[in-house]
Amino acid sequence: MPEAAELPTRREEAWRYSAVERLQGEALDDWRVIDIAAGETFRETLLIADAADTKPTELHRWRVSVGEGARCEIFAVLSSAEFARLEIEVTLGKRAHFELGGITVGGRETVREIVTRTIHAEPEGTSNQTVRAVHWGHGTGNFLGNIDVVRHAQKTDAAQDFKGLLLEKGASVNAVPQLEIFADDVKCAHGASVGQLDETARFYMAARGLSPDLARRLLVQAFLGDALVSLDDDETRESMMGIALDKVDRAL
Amino acid sequence: MLKIDNLHAQIDGKTILNGLTLEVPAGEVHAIMGPNGAGKSTLSYVLGGRPGYEVTQGSVEFNGQDLLDLEPHERAAAGLFLGFQYPVEIPGVSNLQFLREALNSQRKARGEEPLTGGEFLKLAKDKAGLLKLDPEMLKRHVNVGFSGGEKKRAEMVQMGILDPKFAVLDETDSGLDIDALRVVGEGINAIMRAPDKGVLLITHYQRLLEVVKPDKVSILSQGRIVRTGGPELAIELESEGYDAVMADA
Repeated sequence: MPEAAELPTRREEAWRYSAVERLQGEALDDWRVIDIAAGETFRETLLIADAADTKPTELHRWRVSVGEGARCEIFAVLSSAEFARLEIEVTLGKRAHFELGGITVGGRETVREIVTRTIHAEPEGTSNQTVRAVHWGHGTGNFLGNIDVVRHAQKTDAAQDFKGLLLEKGASVNAVPQLEIFADDVKCAHGASVGQLDETARFYMAARGLSPDLARRLLVQAFLGDALVSLDDDETRESMMGIALDKVDRAL
Repeated sequence: MLKIDNLHAQIDGKTILNGLTLEVPAGEVHAIMGPNGAGKSTLSYVLGGRPGYEVTQGSVEFNGQDLLDLEPHERAAAGLFLGFQYPVEIPGVSNLQFLREALNSQRKARGEEPLTGGEFLKLAKDKAGLLKLDPEMLKRHVNVGFSGGEKKRAEMVQMGILDPKFAVLDETDSGLDIDALRVVGEGINAIMRAPDKGVLLITHYQRLLEVVKPDKVSILSQGRIVRTGGPELAIELESEGYDAVMADA
């Protein structure tokens, strides 16, 4: 069969808002497999930033298995590539934890998205996902988050929080939280909202002497901050925040 | 210092200020009183340059500069401080970061050196002490979770840190209990009572004026100043009400 026929289409839920036309020639079956042994802690950061080796399409598909009592922390900033996608499929063992802090920023016609499927496969697993998207121009930010809780995964505690901030007319964000819960003693919190910069706050900041650019930077920083709050490495957190903020500053 | 001449302003096509003329020389505190809907808050927003408040006629001169020609942040750098009736909450931004950025932005605009972290912290603590505000509150996000009284005190701490030449204070006394009112009033005196500074104090009540003794009191009604007098005018208003006093105007 020709390769093109195997490419996903926008009819598929997980690719509904993707730049699927940019998948031509991409190794879609190339999943990075991460196995975290029982009791271990694994932390990974992904930075897709403007750099010489950043490709027009940045496709990152990770399949993670988190052993009993283990912890997986992933922090990501998607701020470059015409189409950037981080897709994480994570299966949680007993008392395992999955932490995700994700940021997408972008303008022009770019599409940047974070897609997760969190499978609570055993009891007492916890997960916490916080994703923030800031877009302008005709940029698009997507967050598709599936949470599956199997029948015997009692005492699961899952949380998912997405917020989008649109800095200009023409930009868009899409949020698709999907929960499939088969156990009956679980907590699954999810929230999604989209808004623009608070004009009252901007005037208040201006009245104290902050230029419009600096006021915007502070407000965007405050908005994005939630996504990195659980990253307990100051240096990494500041550098990730800096990449996201500089991108906004350069573009606007 | 501040010279407002025949100012007309509108919001969404509705005229709110209708030929307001007022001059506040350096060294003076000028109180503005007036019934609800007279245009008091509009006056403060027009002076601050809030988007949506359109000046259709008249002029405002601030230390020889055309104030209306400046962007809101340039007005602040020129030395104008606007105390908000309802201070705005900014989740995610700490008071310390906000005020240090604000002060250093103003200093930069004036060609002055920025304050270091240590210098700024000392200044912020001093001013918080002056207003009897727990300095720990400065670590919290701007006005988030502050009570009404704490917000007003925090506004005055901001004013102390930014040290403006001229302050427009919009109902800074509302929401304050009697003790807090005294602290805030004394704070205004300490920060703004100087021969080279001026204050436009918008208030409903005589009580603040007992602490911050105004040099002049004006009554604003239907978008213009209808009467100006000394501190005794505020006392007259308190006992007789706007209708009676304005009937004499």
